[in-house]
Amino acid sequence: MRAGDLIRFARDAATGNRLRTCLLILAMAIGVAAVVVLTALADGARRYVLNQFSAIGSNLVIVLPGRSQTGGFNPGNAITSTPRDLTIDDAQALRRASAVYRVAPLAVGTSEISVGGRLREVMVAGTTTEFIAVRRLALAQGRFLPPGDWRRGVSEAVIGARIRDELFGRDEALGQLVRIGDRRFRVVGVLAATGQGLGMNTDELVIIPVALAQAMFNSNTLFRILVEASSREAIAPAKAQVTEILRLRHEGEQDVTIITQDAVLATFDRLLGTLTIAVAGIAAISLAVAGILVMNVMLVSVTQRTAEIGLLKALGATGATIRNAFLTEAAMLSLAGALLGLALGHAGAALIRQLYPAFPALPPDWAVLAGVATALATGLAFGVLPARRAARLDAVQALAKR
Amino acid sequence: MSTPLIELSGIERVFHLGDSQVHALQSITLSIAAGEYLAVMGPSGSGKSTLLNLLGLLDRPDAGSYRLAGRDVTTLSADEQARVRSERIGFVFQSFHLVPRLTAAENIALPMLLAGIAPAQRGLRVRQALRDYGLENRADHRPDQLSGGQRQRVAIARATIMRPAVVLADEPTGNLDRTTGEEVVRLLEELNRGGVTLIVVTHDGALGARARRQLLMQDGMLQQDRQSSSGSSPESCAPAT
Repeated sequence: MRAGDLIRFARDAATGNRLRTCLLILAMAIGVAAVVVLTALADGARRYVLNQFSAIGSNLVIVLPGRSQTGGFNPGNAITSTPRDLTIDDAQALRRASAVYRVAPLAVGTSEISVGGRLREVMVAGTTTEFIAVRRLALAQGRFLPPGDWRRGVSEAVIGARIRDELFGRDEALGQLVRIGDRRFRVVGVLAATGQGLGMNTDELVIIPVALAQAMFNSNTLFRILVEASSREAIAPAKAQVTEILRLRHEGEQDVTIITQDAVLATFDRLLGTLTIAVAGIAAISLAVAGILVMNVMLVSVTQRTAEIGLLKALGATGATIRNAFLTEAAMLSLAGALLGLALGHAGAALIRQLYPAFPALPPDWAVLAGVATALATGLAFGVLPARRAARLDAVQALAKR
Repeated sequence: MSTPLIELSGIERVFHLGDSQVHALQSITLSIAAGEYLAVMGPSGSGKSTLLNLLGLLDRPDAGSYRLAGRDVTTLSADEQARVRSERIGFVFQSFHLVPRLTAAENIALPMLLAGIAPAQRGLRVRQALRDYGLENRADHRPDQLSGGQRQRVAIARATIMRPAVVLADEPTGNLDRTTGEEVVRLLEELNRGGVTLIVVTHDGALGARARRQLLMQDGMLQQDRQSSSGSSPESCAPAT
């Protein structure tokens, strides 16, 4: 039998029973659409998180006091003992490195802020004027900390949007004096509201000059030094230069941990990529179910068409011809279902993007390919048994059945 | 006379029904020349349908040999037998066995489709067959839109489209009224006049009597092998009585 004739014959056989064919295609389509939509969601989540991370600031190299072997986040980072302080002088020294564009020291602690009888606990970040550029933060009102000597600092504070709302309500916050710990600060700026992001919640942050923060917490060490490399390509050289400078400054001992944002991103990327694969696997179960349905429907079809199979044999069809006809039919139904499912899945993902524009729900290419391939493979695999049964039918008995 | 077209010797066919054995065919020895017109008659259960299935290579004997045009076909593989069926044997069934979703023309073309004949050639031969059997304006009708006689004409056209040497007809008039049956028989006899060997299985005595040679079967054995007056071939074979 010619290939073209075989395809036409299988198509006619498939369209001969419209309801059966439609149900089968629908089942396959739902399976493929599930793969497409679910992987679009999972991959969208991955992209969303990566975007959030990038929002912290790009080309970042972060210096932590204490030594740690790992490249990514490590709970040990928080509790390692620091043999040598990471100081403001260290941070200032880093500005000399050629691959470094901006440096912002960061000292962190908690304190109380009060104004006019209202009092609350806040996280206080001591830093310098370049912090806002390094962290890609925006101001809602006023200005940020003024440039100047890092070891001194004027008593000025920039407060988060939520702090502003809670302390001042509808009143003007700029220019007001607030008490933080045992010092008085003038509010010079209000950060724009960012909502709950990853890392520090800047809405509930109070930012003051780093020297004042260290005095307030009675400590010489910094929590972090944020270093911005001059370009994406400069991240590696910047990391090397920072390492070298700090090693020289700490009597040849490497007692700091330097992580790049790339490493953090890579960790999350791996984590969420695995999640996407897991979700795709779960969705693939529905494809296996669709495959079993293909088998069931094809078996019923073989039973219904027993007389026809007997006739084909009497007319000179070999077992292989009949097997191929049924396999072709199964493959065509699977393919039609897969294509329909692809269209449905993409439409579903597009709908999600329409409803939640911030959420980049796009199915990854590999998931689309794998979904279609699995649909075809299961359709064919589960089509083999019915096709073999048809090919083995005894012609005499098949013809006797009416 | 050269080698006969069909030569059966010592054919046995046994069916197992549970513990019991049924001898559907017992020591059938038979020789049929090319161009013969033969009727196989007998009561139901006498083994005539089994004989027809065997002649059509749809069934294999348990013992004995079957030579078709000088070639032993009992030892062929299933695929080789399918080829022989495709090229040399045409079937006409009592219940027509047309594929319901295919049109008359497509049903007629089916054997050529299975044999892998090119579409252009198929179209030519189907058009010729539709003309020969007076079905030109029924070409695009499905079987359920055709009368019984038309259906059987489509079936005969299908059986002969590959120009087989033998046409096997199993009660070809069984589902037809007298006049349409008459018409179908005339078509089959015309084929026989054209040189095709025609073997008809029937328990209709009137139909059987029209054949030049009649085989009478009973309990799986050949009871009688009778040549009519108009018989063309003197050759016959001793019944196993």
